[in-house]
Amino acid sequence: RPSVSHSQITRLYSRFTSLDKGENGTLSREDFQRIPELAINPLGDRIINAFFPEGEDQVNFRGFMRTLAHFRPIEDNEKSKDQNGPEPLNSRSNKLHFAFRLYDLDKDDKISRDELLQVLRMMVGVNISDEQLGSIADRTIQEADQDGDSAISFAEFVKVLEKVDVEQKMSIRFLH
Amino acid sequence: EELGWLAARLSAAWLAMVLALIVLPSALGVSLGISEAYMWVLVKTLEWATKRIEKGVKKPQPEVLKIPAANGIIERDETPMEKEIAGLHRMEFQFSDIFYFCRKGFEAIVEDEVTQRFSSEELVSWNLLTRTNVNFHYISLRLTVVWVIGVIVRYCFLLPLRFTLAAIGITSMIVGTTLVGQLPNSSVKNYLSEVVHLTCSRILVRALSGTIHYHNRENKPQKGGICVANHTSPIDAIILTNDGCYAMVGQVHGGLMGVIQRATVKACPHVWFERSEIKDRHLVTKRLREHVADKSKLPILIFPEGTCINNTSVMMFKKGSFEIGGTIYPVAIKYDPQFGDAFWNSSKYNIVSYLLRIMTSWAIVCNVWYMPPMVRKEGEDAVQFANRVRSAIAHQGGLTELPWDGGLKRAKVKDSFKEEQQKNYSKMLVRNGSVG
Repeated sequence: RPSVSHSQITRLYSRFTSLDKGENGTLSREDFQRIPELAINPLGDRIINAFFPEGEDQVNFRGFMRTLAHFRPIEDNEKSKDQNGPEPLNSRSNKLHFAFRLYDLDKDDKISRDELLQVLRMMVGVNISDEQLGSIADRTIQEADQDGDSAISFAEFVKVLEKVDVEQKMSIRFLH
Repeated sequence: EELGWLAARLSAAWLAMVLALIVLPSALGVSLGISEAYMWVLVKTLEWATKRIEKGVKKPQPEVLKIPAANGIIERDETPMEKEIAGLHRMEFQFSDIFYFCRKGFEAIVEDEVTQRFSSEELVSWNLLTRTNVNFHYISLRLTVVWVIGVIVRYCFLLPLRFTLAAIGITSMIVGTTLVGQLPNSSVKNYLSEVVHLTCSRILVRALSGTIHYHNRENKPQKGGICVANHTSPIDAIILTNDGCYAMVGQVHGGLMGVIQRATVKACPHVWFERSEIKDRHLVTKRLREHVADKSKLPILIFPEGTCINNTSVMMFKKGSFEIGGTIYPVAIKYDPQFGDAFWNSSKYNIVSYLLRIMTSWAIVCNVWYMPPMVRKEGEDAVQFANRVRSAIAHQGGLTELPWDGGLKRAKVKDSFKEEQQKNYSKMLVRNGSVG
């Protein structure tokens, strides 16, 4: 049984083509930025970046679906019979990995103080001073850092979030 | 030359029939019942087609025909940011804070409230027009045959007829208003101007096979008032002038439209602005105020959304119309998409292809509700007043309301919205002393 229903794929393809103003089968960053609710999202640019593989400026439907797949509800996986296959994109671990990558811009598998500051700055805009923001970043890293390298590895990231209901917060449910 | 003579005879007969059966009744304001008969046949055919489609699809895959909820395809979590992020007792920054923005972002990518309003509404069941054939597959031979007949009827019979009518309507409008315009200002002139405008509107409505149901006629806009309505298409104006006379407001265009504008303004005080004037908001408001103050002048017709929306929702009303003062007469217009899509997607189609699509649809069916007049309350500013009127119109027409600006069809969204979200998030961080 397919894990994404036929009608869901059709709907998403319909959405993909309506965003594709250039009608060339791929989406550019501008196509995403045309969505007002996404344009006003403080993390909008990072989210859009998640769709584009390294160094590329266009994403096709397959790539679009792949990135969206991270947000499928986890209960969908129970229906899938393939237990020995590769871990599905929407497993708890992969959802956390997706969030981790939003912080870890240089992809060195560590969230440095600077990277954390960048994300914080995106979320607060001009409303908090550099010093205050720096304190927040320092405290956050201090609490999560276990091996003392003043950066957060993926394992430390997972540990900090172990009590958070990732499945609920990082899932989108279709209405049918 | 036998053929030429025959063609001439046929054209003459054709024209005579059109004049007798359509133009004359329009001038007199009567109906011969031809449109009603056509609509009856149409409705029966479409009902049959719908049944066939439902029957045909039931056997292979029941899932395919599952119609998405009209309100969306995904569950939207409306929990406000504060509640969602605050969640647990610690109201300080946590790595999981980004989850909220992340999910909101992805929800917007899959389905957003705004961009879907700038494309045509999807139909629940196919109406035998290729252009609306999105998810429907081949069902049966009979259905295809009916579709082919439909194509022939629409393109070979209806289109020439409608085109002829439109030509007659526009020409009469230009000639009629120019003639009336020669008269000195008097009540006779006003009366004749109304007759000309009404007749030509009626002809043009028939040119679109329009079936319009007017509700609550006792609330029709009065002289010296301002009529506001939701905007879906350029023909909105014709829909309204079919039932009453208004002073139009708009920008001067070139080409055929410009000719019509120049002719009509001689007969009736429409308010046309030059392109340069329209940028000056004070000038615009002043002129409109002067017009409204003169109680003998016809009510002005304004579409405060400023652009065409797809008739599923009402977007932000620009406050300018609500600063003029005077009595507002709200009107709600709801088209029935089953018979023809009236929405003008101006980024996709130019006016000519739009008119062609309209004229090859089955018909334009709509409901018009005249609503009780509204005035600005004490202590209410223009924006609040605009929103109040907008709510009333949306409620009456069964449309949803969106606070977004229709201008987003083309323009980028203002940064101030993002800044507001950032401010709200910052308040959460600093308020609870998580600094240091």
